Amino acid sequence: MTDDLKDLKLALKAATPDPDPSTRAAHLALARKSFSDLQGSRDGMRPTSNRPNRGFWTGALSMLNTFPSRTALTAATAIVAFGFVVLHYSDLGRSNFPSRDTPAQQDIQQEEASFADLSRTPRPKSRAESRELDGAAPLGTSTANFGLRSEERATGITSRLVEGAVSDSDAASPTGIRKLAEPVAPPLALDREEFANADPGQLLITSETPVSTFSIDVDTASYAVIRSSLMSGHLPSPDAVRIEEMINYFRYDYPAPDEAPFRPTVSVEATPWNPDTNLVHIGIQGALPEVEDRAPLNLVFLIDTSGSMKQPNKLPLLKQSFRLMLGQLRPGDQVSIVTYAGSAGQVLPPTNASDRSVILNALEQLDAGGSTAGQAGLQQAYATAAAMAEDGEVSRVILATDGDFNVGVSDPDALKSYIANKRDSGTYLSVVGFGRGNLQDATMQALAQNGNGQAAYIDTLAEAQKVLVDQLTGALFPIANDVKIQVEFNPAQIAEYRLIGYETRALRREDFNNDAVDAGDIGAGHSVTALYEITPVGSPAQLSAPLRYQAEATGHGREELGFLALRYKAPGAATSQVIEMPITPDIGPRSDAGFATAIAGFGQLLRGSDYLTNWTFDDAIALASRTKGEDPFGYRAEAIQLMRLAASLSEN
Amino acid sequence: MRMNTSETDLALAAAGGDAAAFSALLSLCYDGLFRLSFRLTGSQHEAEDLTQDICASLPAKLTAFRGDAQFTTWLYRIAVNAAHDRRRRTASLMKAAEGWGDWEQHRQAAIAEDAALVGWLTTAMASMPEDLRDTLALVLDDMTHREAAAVLGVSEGTISWRISEAKKHLRILRRTEDQT
Repeated sequence: MTDDLKDLKLALKAATPDPDPSTRAAHLALARKSFSDLQGSRDGMRPTSNRPNRGFWTGALSMLNTFPSRTALTAATAIVAFGFVVLHYSDLGRSNFPSRDTPAQQDIQQEEASFADLSRTPRPKSRAESRELDGAAPLGTSTANFGLRSEERATGITSRLVEGAVSDSDAASPTGIRKLAEPVAPPLALDREEFANADPGQLLITSETPVSTFSIDVDTASYAVIRSSLMSGHLPSPDAVRIEEMINYFRYDYPAPDEAPFRPTVSVEATPWNPDTNLVHIGIQGALPEVEDRAPLNLVFLIDTSGSMKQPNKLPLLKQSFRLMLGQLRPGDQVSIVTYAGSAGQVLPPTNASDRSVILNALEQLDAGGSTAGQAGLQQAYATAAAMAEDGEVSRVILATDGDFNVGVSDPDALKSYIANKRDSGTYLSVVGFGRGNLQDATMQALAQNGNGQAAYIDTLAEAQKVLVDQLTGALFPIANDVKIQVEFNPAQIAEYRLIGYETRALRREDFNNDAVDAGDIGAGHSVTALYEITPVGSPAQLSAPLRYQAEATGHGREELGFLALRYKAPGAATSQVIEMPITPDIGPRSDAGFATAIAGFGQLLRGSDYLTNWTFDDAIALASRTKGEDPFGYRAEAIQLMRLAASLSEN
Repeated sequence: MRMNTSETDLALAAAGGDAAAFSALLSLCYDGLFRLSFRLTGSQHEAEDLTQDICASLPAKLTAFRGDAQFTTWLYRIAVNAAHDRRRRTASLMKAAEGWGDWEQHRQAAIAEDAALVGWLTTAMASMPEDLRDTLALVLDDMTHREAAAVLGVSEGTISWRISEAKKHLRILRRTEDQT
């Protein structure tokens, strides 16, 4: 070794730090979690440890058993004998453990033996099976194999064995070692989708945690993602299921508000999946201001034109979707288009919506190519929006992407705070997702939540119609910002409760009164639904044993189930207002609540919830069909169709 | 760096679903894995990220581990591959980053600053072609040529050749440094 190399070695030794203990602990915890997640997804643990006892003898025996040809047998025996001698020597000064630290030939033989087995089985189905094959074939059958002399097996194995034996001296048969070194990768899905979700809502005990706080959510992306999964014939990943987004995909006939920007409606009904609990529905209906009076809009379309957008369900669908949307704009509105791919560029300077042909032309000329530079595009889009803004106008950036927004951004937090800053300056951000396989749902969620916008996912032109045409006003005109819901349950009436959905929207109790904490927005005409499953005191469904010593409920409202408080800010306002109402037992059910319940049940089935007992997809279908009601555009009928698909898929 | 019998046995048990074995195995191997990650990447930050990636994906990969190779050999092979993937990603990131806003430039500057701290070592390692660098990372960690060959999936002769190439490389580097 030359001095340079020695220097380098010493320098490396000195420079290599010890792992940071906390990072180390975090990584180990991560790996353990990943490990246990994986176990959960298997068919179940084997009851006994049948880990392979692959000592020297079993390996050698199984190898002998699997070799059918005489040549191979001779060669193998010779090598094993040689190996054994070496082994014997090397074992002298060591532990009595059967050494794995043996010369390479033994490994190579075992390797060859097991690969020969692999080549017979088209694809090892499970570890247990493949071990049966390469581990301990009973002697009887293998004797029979000696007689068989299957041509291809004999020649194949002999030639490989010879190759292994010859190259043994340098321990480097390129094929042998490569096989040995490269682990056989499990058939992992190749898509790079990431979904934002948290653990399903846990059952809470009212006497311990009487207050539940969360932010509203008007997104619908999760429902469209689930639909696209089911339509392509597989169940969605449980993480892709956000129940509140499924429920809020549909419109319910909540009474419209009179003066306030929105109006809460509460109802209580029996839980279909548990006869001993009740469901509390909290519905919020946003006011729908006169469309004629609306303020002029400044829209900046920020369009991802990276190479991955080429597919027909991405850029072409996007063009058609935005074409539909243009029909909804007014002459006073302005549109601009910024693209990002490689470098960001303004394709269409701010143009009046009345110049339809100019806008359509620019839209048509978009072409996919290059990689994604999201951050630069976003900066330019915000700059354009700022230039367009005038007093009393609403500015919004609409980001259309297939996901890979984050190329080049290693720090999502920096991006989030950038968007949050822009939100405070009055420009909103909505995110519209297209296409599958690359969808960074988590990023989209983070962007839209921080930009006070909506995240929607468009998989068909019909969905574009719903999101960009029918709900355009709601999506583009906020009527209340930072809407938070807080429910305090009465421990004298309710033993346990659980919020269904809204896992990603949970807030701390003290956040409710803190106006600095961001929350979701309601747009014109939006409706939002939240469901609690509650267990009355004394119900047989109660999962936790009641405490012997309880503080008596004091004060007023002993008969009430709970107390609902809503906090919101008028658009642009810095301080919040409160709407409060008690939840009383005499509220009773409402006719339209059943369908939301069916969707909530459907979502929980897709997430694999523990709380549904024996409730199945069939029950969900029955309930949804019964409560479908008037369904002018067929959205609910489509949901029932999806439930039927999921029922069939889950039987496989 | 000695291959350890019990590591491979633990790995097989872990592949069969034994959580305790997995936990014990990773505690045993973590330090070595981190050291190698550092040598492959040249910065503590990058090494931590790389180790994290490997830790997260290890359980899934482990199901395919059959004990055909020593566990450490197998694990280091994964580490080297993961480091390659990372380098590729970084390279395309740099390409995409050209002509970006201040934000990205600041980030790149911070990275460059970190790199300057480690000095000659990083310069020397980073200036090597990828294969030489991987080889050095393994061999300078007291691995024999044979073990390194098994990890990288090449012949022992190739390792020896790469080492001599690396020496040449260092000589040239030294000469240019002395001149400046």
